[in-house]
Amino acid sequence: MKEMLTKYFKLKRHNISVGWKKAKLSKMCYLFLLPYAVLFAMFFVYPVVASIYFSFTYYNILEAPRFLGLNNYISLILEDDIFLIGVKNTFMIAIITGPLGYILSFLFAWLINELPRMIRSVAVVIFYAPSLAGTCYTIFSIFFKGDQYGYVNAFLIEWGIVEQPILFFINPTYMLPICMIVIIWMSMGTGFLSFVAGLQGVDPAQLEAGCIDGVKNRWQELWYITLPSMKPMLIFGAVMTITSSFNVCDVTMALCGYPSTDYAARTIVTHLFDYGTSRFEMGYACAIATLLFLIMIVCNKAIQSLIRRVGT
Amino acid sequence: MSKDKKKKEAVVKEYHKPLIRRRKPNRSVGGDIAMYVFLAAVAFVMAFPIVFAVANALKPLDELFKNPPRILALHPTLNNFSDLFVTMGKSWVTFTRYLFNTIFITAVGTIGHLLIASMGAFVLAKYEFPGSRGFFKLVTTAIMFTGYVTQIPNYILLSKLGWIDTYWAVIIPAFASPMGLFLMKQFMEGLPMSLVEAAKIDGANEWKVFTNIVMPNVKPAWMTLIIFSVQGLWNNRASNVIFSEEKKTLPFAMQQIQGGGIARTGQGAAVLVVLMIVPIALFVFSETQILETMASSGMKD
Repeated sequence: MKEMLTKYFKLKRHNISVGWKKAKLSKMCYLFLLPYAVLFAMFFVYPVVASIYFSFTYYNILEAPRFLGLNNYISLILEDDIFLIGVKNTFMIAIITGPLGYILSFLFAWLINELPRMIRSVAVVIFYAPSLAGTCYTIFSIFFKGDQYGYVNAFLIEWGIVEQPILFFINPTYMLPICMIVIIWMSMGTGFLSFVAGLQGVDPAQLEAGCIDGVKNRWQELWYITLPSMKPMLIFGAVMTITSSFNVCDVTMALCGYPSTDYAARTIVTHLFDYGTSRFEMGYACAIATLLFLIMIVCNKAIQSLIRRVGT
Repeated sequence: MSKDKKKKEAVVKEYHKPLIRRRKPNRSVGGDIAMYVFLAAVAFVMAFPIVFAVANALKPLDELFKNPPRILALHPTLNNFSDLFVTMGKSWVTFTRYLFNTIFITAVGTIGHLLIASMGAFVLAKYEFPGSRGFFKLVTTAIMFTGYVTQIPNYILLSKLGWIDTYWAVIIPAFASPMGLFLMKQFMEGLPMSLVEAAKIDGANEWKVFTNIVMPNVKPAWMTLIIFSVQGLWNNRASNVIFSEEKKTLPFAMQQIQGGGIARTGQGAAVLVVLMIVPIALFVFSETQILETMASSGMKD
């Protein structure tokens, strides 16, 4: 046993010294990486660590952080009803718009890929434009406006479906569905681009080989040839989709207001804003941020391992 | 003679026939037609809000409130845009200042990000050194969560550095965007290592290799980094890190105009168009390069 341990430590020490020598040899590489690494550590690694630390404290920026243990998490999960509404809404939105947006981006990327070259590039612009257009989604607040200028209301009344205008952004029953429509409209994002590019990279020779080997139609071709050869892009697209679907706040805040009626359009991120930027309870806000971080990472890892199984 | 020719023609025809008739394998005509119809319908739905937003900006005020609404303007004018400039010209901080702020933030943030991320990506893609794999894994993990998670400690850090209420509070964090490094590194992996080695044998040092060999060869990836960075910075309201009116960004000023009520409806519509036209125009011009880069965007593990 002792021998094993000494051997193990000897090996470790050897590895470290070899690593150190290698590191010395590649000084140049470290110099190149240094500016990025410093900034990355400052604005991505440190904040995550700090946020986990602050989440165990009461911190309001003015006073020094006071250690609270798990109290923030306990009151978040057991006492904060509004947070639970936020979690419910976020998950509702993520579970509906996430997979739907992902499948639709792939479907449209796949169909667009069949088009002739010129039409294809126009189509990519049309489908990608909504997520490029920044705040353009506020145009939906004109369509769904609650007063006499709202077009949807105007049509509904004209066709005799409703008697009074529906207050789409004030009535809690309509808030989330409309936000979901807008989010799906905007869901052809970076992942979609990655799919389009990946589909163009599928080897035509493989498709022909498949044809000779008895692939009958485009659906079989999709399942047996295209999908397996696009796995890396599928994972990338999934990461993009998951991240953005748990990130919902811009659309709900712009359309339903902040805070929204009965907190019906509250999401985890808007709750984070509430405590972080309005009430300055940084410790509590950091607890929310940490939970959000964990949810995102766990979801990402789970979905990635799922996608690796596609077509194998 | 003529018989021979005919035979030859027949042979040629036989040879060409499948080539001409060949469509993509496994495609039925019916399926293709259905696909075109479906895509056209969806494209119409996708484009409608944007077309409507642009048309709205061109409508004179009386047409904006017409019911039933017209999609396209009857008498298109640019009045909304000129009104926008008049309103903003009269404000305490002039329009040009807001515009300068946003352009400055976008330009510096994008250029710095491109340079710093490419430097990092170059060594990560082309060399193997202790810690390189681990660092890249960390960067890919950073893509999996969003800025909101890190927002609060970031604010505290920026305030400790004294950067709150300066442009740097927006610009410097934008340098470190993990997405740029990820895409750049993936794209640079496609570059043959022999290119780098040849340059080194010819006596170029690492910096020369980077600026003269690697960077010119990854121009498609430049455009991609630029578009993602511009997309993030151009629409950045920066309202939680910049508080002085003279340093505020264009989107922030625009939002105030949009909040101006019914009288400002026309100008509000013009604001939407001004804000979305820049990223869309950039994308239209660089689409092929971006798709070329995205082809290597896959995540293997």
